[in-house]
Amino acid sequence: MLRLPFFTYLEPKSLADALRMKADAGPDAMFVAGGTDLYPNMKRRHQEPKTVISLMGIPELRRVESTTLGACLTLSELTARPPDRLTAAVSTAARLVSTPLLRNMGTLGGNLCLDTRCNYYNQTYEWRKSIDFCMKKDGHICWVAPSSPRCWAVSSSDVAPVMVAIGAEYRLLGPQGERVVPAGRFYHNDGINYLTKQPDEILVDVRIPKPNGWDAVYHKLRRRGSFDFPVLGVAVWIQWNRKTVADARIVLGGVASYPQEVPEAGTALRGGALSDESIAAAAEEAYRPSKPMDNTDFDLSWRKQMTRVYVSRALQQLRDRRTTPGLDV
Amino acid sequence: MADKRRVIGKALRKVDAAAKVTGATKFADDLAFPRMLFCKLLRSTQPHARIVSIDTSAAAKLDGVQAVLVGQDLPIPFGILPVSQDEHALCIDKARFIGDPVAAVAALTEEAATAATDLIRVDYEPLKSIASAEEAVEHPEPRIHDYGDRGNFHKLIDLEFGDANAGIAEGDMVREDLFFFEGSTHLPMEQHAAVAMWSPDQKLTLWTSTQTPHYVHRALAKVLELPAARIRVIATPNGGGFGGKSDPFNHEIAVAKLAMITGRPVKITLTREEVFYCHRGRHPTLMWVRTGVKKDGAITGMHFRSLLDGGAYGSYGVASTYYTGALQTVTYHIPCYHFQGARAFTNKAPCGPKRGHGTPQPRFALEVHIDKIAEQLGIDPAELRLKTLVPANSLTANYLRVGSMGLGKCIAKVVEGSGWKQKFRKLPRGRGVGLACSSYISGAGLPIYWNNMPHSGVQLKCDRGGGVTVFCGSTEIGQGSDSILAYIVAEVLGIDPFDIAVVTGDTDLTPVDLGSYSSRVTLMSGNAALQAAERARQILAVHAAKKLEIPVDRLSFAERRVYDAKDPKRGMSFAEAVQSAEAAEGTIGTVGSYTPPMSAGKYRGAGVGPSPAYSYSACVAAVDVDPETGIVRVPTIWIAHDVGRSINSAAVIGQVEGSIYMGLGEALMEEMAYRGNRNVVHKIPSLLEYKSPTTLEMCDVITYLVEDPDPNGPFGAKEVGQGPLLPVMPAVANAVYDAVGVRIDEVPITPEKVLKALRKKQKGEPGRHGPESFPDIPWPEPMRVPTPWEGGDGKAVSPGRPAITAERPH
Amino acid sequence: MTSESKVKIALAVNGEPTEIAFAPHKTLLEVLREDLGLTGTKHGCELGECGTCTVLLDGTPVLSCLVLGLACAGRTVRTVEGMAQGGKLHPLQDTFADLGAAQCGYCTPAFLLAAEALLAANPKPTREEIKDALAGNLCRCTGYIKIYEAVELAAARMRGEKAEPTTESLYGR
Ligand SMILES: Cc1cc2nc3c(=O)[nH]c(=O)nc-3n(C[C@H](O)[C@H](O)[C@H](O)COP(=O)(O)OP(=O)(O)OC[C@H]3O[C@@H](n4cnc5c(N)ncnc54)[C@H](O)[C@@H]3O)c2cc1C
Ligand code: SF4
Ligand code: FES
Ligand code: FES
Repeated sequence: MLRLPFFTYLEPKSLADALRMKADAGPDAMFVAGGTDLYPNMKRRHQEPKTVISLMGIPELRRVESTTLGACLTLSELTARPPDRLTAAVSTAARLVSTPLLRNMGTLGGNLCLDTRCNYYNQTYEWRKSIDFCMKKDGHICWVAPSSPRCWAVSSSDVAPVMVAIGAEYRLLGPQGERVVPAGRFYHNDGINYLTKQPDEILVDVRIPKPNGWDAVYHKLRRRGSFDFPVLGVAVWIQWNRKTVADARIVLGGVASYPQEVPEAGTALRGGALSDESIAAAAEEAYRPSKPMDNTDFDLSWRKQMTRVYVSRALQQLRDRRTTPGLDV
Repeated sequence: MADKRRVIGKALRKVDAAAKVTGATKFADDLAFPRMLFCKLLRSTQPHARIVSIDTSAAAKLDGVQAVLVGQDLPIPFGILPVSQDEHALCIDKARFIGDPVAAVAALTEEAATAATDLIRVDYEPLKSIASAEEAVEHPEPRIHDYGDRGNFHKLIDLEFGDANAGIAEGDMVREDLFFFEGSTHLPMEQHAAVAMWSPDQKLTLWTSTQTPHYVHRALAKVLELPAARIRVIATPNGGGFGGKSDPFNHEIAVAKLAMITGRPVKITLTREEVFYCHRGRHPTLMWVRTGVKKDGAITGMHFRSLLDGGAYGSYGVASTYYTGALQTVTYHIPCYHFQGARAFTNKAPCGPKRGHGTPQPRFALEVHIDKIAEQLGIDPAELRLKTLVPANSLTANYLRVGSMGLGKCIAKVVEGSGWKQKFRKLPRGRGVGLACSSYISGAGLPIYWNNMPHSGVQLKCDRGGGVTVFCGSTEIGQGSDSILAYIVAEVLGIDPFDIAVVTGDTDLTPVDLGSYSSRVTLMSGNAALQAAERARQILAVHAAKKLEIPVDRLSFAERRVYDAKDPKRGMSFAEAVQSAEAAEGTIGTVGSYTPPMSAGKYRGAGVGPSPAYSYSACVAAVDVDPETGIVRVPTIWIAHDVGRSINSAAVIGQVEGSIYMGLGEALMEEMAYRGNRNVVHKIPSLLEYKSPTTLEMCDVITYLVEDPDPNGPFGAKEVGQGPLLPVMPAVANAVYDAVGVRIDEVPITPEKVLKALRKKQKGEPGRHGPESFPDIPWPEPMRVPTPWEGGDGKAVSPGRPAITAERPH
Repeated sequence: MTSESKVKIALAVNGEPTEIAFAPHKTLLEVLREDLGLTGTKHGCELGECGTCTVLLDGTPVLSCLVLGLACAGRTVRTVEGMAQGGKLHPLQDTFADLGAAQCGYCTPAFLLAAEALLAANPKPTREEIKDALAGNLCRCTGYIKIYEAVELAAARMRGEKAEPTTESLYGR
């Protein structure tokens, strides 16, 4: 049986308590929500906190208001909300995470702060020992790109690309107080330092932009219909102006160490209707910078090719939805 | 007779069902004993290395550690086959793959045992590692083992039945194809576990999740140098086996030794990653086939070559290699046949028997090959197969004795049920159907180690109260073998199967049954149980008849009664029948046993392939292929299986559906992948990255049971646990071709491969993905065996070149 | 480092108030199996990748291998051992047994609990809804089909309908 290492477990009842406990325990402490990311990582010994501070007992983190989603809502709770346009893409993405059992435990906050993943890293200590470890934990080089100075572990959250695409804002609380960060600036393209969040900051909630004619969809590519992380996630956001695209954002998950926005693809759509041509052009733009590495399931050239297909399909869905009567934003 | 049966053929509950649905069944890891220690193995982090030194001193000093073992503590080798005694409980001088155990620790807690393994220092001197069979062919040095047929070949086989080249030349058309079948693993949901106990009277008991307690018993006696009489092996119910728990394993021997040293119970439960290292799964196999056919589809001759990647140890590999050539002949008539097979050692987890043992790979090749032949000849592939079927009650070119043969009926069922005629080559692009057939053995004709004893034994005890206990060495792995014993005995004695206590898989209590492998249990232990029950019935009948004052042959046994068939009111309860027999004769107990018929082949290697009966299946798969992504989905599979006769039809259907499931996984996504460039490390030893289909990938299955009773099976029963898996992979491959016109001559059929083939086709190249060549292999001189129709007697006329080093244990 | 002092919590297991002391790093899976002797809950990976360890926590199916024992203080846990009442099998257990939805039986406790939670929320699920609800549980033996049939049959019986298995599922075609 794979077991957790020894650690101290704390259950604060308020944000203030949580911050104080973190301050007391220092850098060896980590927050946990659902634990579906942290605990497997601890069992495989790639994250080794000596103190684990659970956020699940803090009522403030489980609040839902019309456009504000508490970080500790479970993914199941997110998807159980009556579907509305506003959170449709978010709940699609949430529903596509792993399995129903895991979604009953995993939270929105945990999903947005998910550790980056790599086939050389998400392995037991013994396995990693046989490749002499890697830069992300216990070792020195990157096996995916041995000459690279950085780690290329993959951003594997399903919900994060959607948040970046729709321009959500994250509210963080730390010892220095509160700050609000646009989702797009919450992530770094670095497999080791993948968040701009400080370790002692708590993600409190996420604010979804008000409805003003935008729509968004999320498409996920993976081997199986459940369990599997995305090897490609495509989140597309469109600001409609009647039948034309006023603005658009295309964000790719599973291809870089952060949810990667492809601005050129958005530009290709701006100002026109969603025509077959503009869709193809945007898909091509998205395909070009998509640079998956050989550290997930499937071979990387196929994954890259799929960017084109999945971006087109996401855009087609948005177009179909726009032209389906009764579904106007 | 059939309609009068009360138990056989009915869809009854299994005898262990209630325990399983309440969580009461005790699997090996569920056992706990006072003072029990926990064992952890330290495994090699090197794929191929000399072990220079091992320092266990720090580990031994750790708080809670009770004992530490290294290779020298268990110097005697073992292995499932007498010809491949090449494993040690813990590596002695050399580690041969990442995951090879090198040391073992017993401690008060699993945490302490794990911490102790971290403290063991192993000094390795790395050797060049061999990552694939092709590499092994190229690099005879360094040798992974110092035995085998030469270099890094474990086994080289060359068998020729009739003059295959001449036969092939007689064809109006000759077709050659290459195929590759990737390795896959069993992935039982239960991770292997074992608990050993050493009692003060110097007896060892081992509870273990094994499919073969008898072989574990023998291996323990050998390695621990204990008299077998002092060892008791209890096979706990297996949480899935599929062939993966059929070898004696390192961890079983290690906990046994640790229990002996510490005098305390010792338990080990492998982690999921370690289960991947035990492996013994499907051999990655490269295949080449050349066939001559007449215009009407009749096969004139076949030449088949296979190259198996065996991994680091022998396991069942010699048998697996023979199996890649053995069963080609039992479906379609092949008048002359040449088979060449090679198994290479590589620095990967050892391969062995997975569901279908050695035959799914060649079956995939053969069935896709036939599909291509049919296309080339312009014959419907179902028609072509029907025309070339092996007749029932016949002998094949390689001396396999086919008894009942229901493949024709199976094909007719799936063709009809699937609407084949309306769909084949007629569906819109992206949708397709494919057909494939197969056959499998119902137990092997020969035991694993040479002996003249029965393959299965049953003891039966009748209690005065009317209960009956059946004792048999067979092992319940979820296939329902315990229930089969109860059903058969209940049918014969006219009692309720739930009045029967079934005691199985315990070397102290039960007569030997060789184990749950080769689909042998229903046929062999079933026949043994049948014999024991009939003997008991005879004894009871004599005394009941006397008491009822009627002739013995007028007695009926049914509904817990023994009575006059002509006047059913006249009779007695089953319990009374036991009592009167017991009063007259003393305790009522009988035995039964089963030995398969002698095989017809007398050549060396003839031991692999013969079976008392062959099951047959035909399968049609429907697929949807997305031409933009190459993603293949399988909505429905129609399968007809010739099971001879169902003992329990619901259980038969369960085996069919489970086989389809596993076949679907192999067809589309399962692979035992390694990073050859990075130390030959297993790429994905986890349940997340080894892709087992979920409810969302599983197809609908439409099952047809074809019942064509075989005289060798109990009540006519043949196997069902493995055969229905075999046609799935080729049926899916053939359906993909029907859907989008590309040939994927390689399993698994992943979207990458499909898309590559589609791109090639667009460019005007052949729309195919698959291997391009078969390496040159130093085949031995063929062993020539004249076919039955050439007047052969099953013996070889030229003995073939003897193997370079005889198959001797080292 | 091989031992640390135990902590004690109170929770309700299968309806019974239970006090139990265990090492604080233990998961609910380990506490159930090793400290409470409830070995009906199984495990296949301990990493959230198979669903075999499913139990109901406050009525919701969760992966006990990723729930900390300590996090269960004051909560209710239901395991397979709690399903049969007064020696009588739960309707799901009955249909699983009758249809052969348990082959090796190793995944069965998890499927039963996931199915029980589904039926509590949705007494008349479609085949698709059953597949979705059970998509987090792997079974290597059955191909899931007998499991779907067993859930459908139990659901019908739990709704008070007189339902029997189809002949195709028991006898093929
Ligand atoms: C088998 C398996 C499959 C999976 N498949 C998917 C998938 O398909 N898609 C996907 O997106 N994810 C997947 N996951 C990952 C993960 O389970 C989910 O992303 C889940 O939502 C994580 O949430 P959690 O609450 O369990 O995270 P936790 O494990 O509790 O936390 C994850 C990280 O976030 C930090 N954190 C959590 N909450 C906060 C907060 N409020 N403030 C600050 N830091 C915080 C923690 O310190 C930790 O570092 C999978 C996991 C497993 C085991
Ligand atoms: S990308 Fe490189 S450094 Fe990062 S986890 Fe993978 S192998 Fe390690
Ligand atoms: S044991 Fe596999 S998910 Fe918990
Ligand atoms: S019944 Fe064996 S894993 Fe499901």
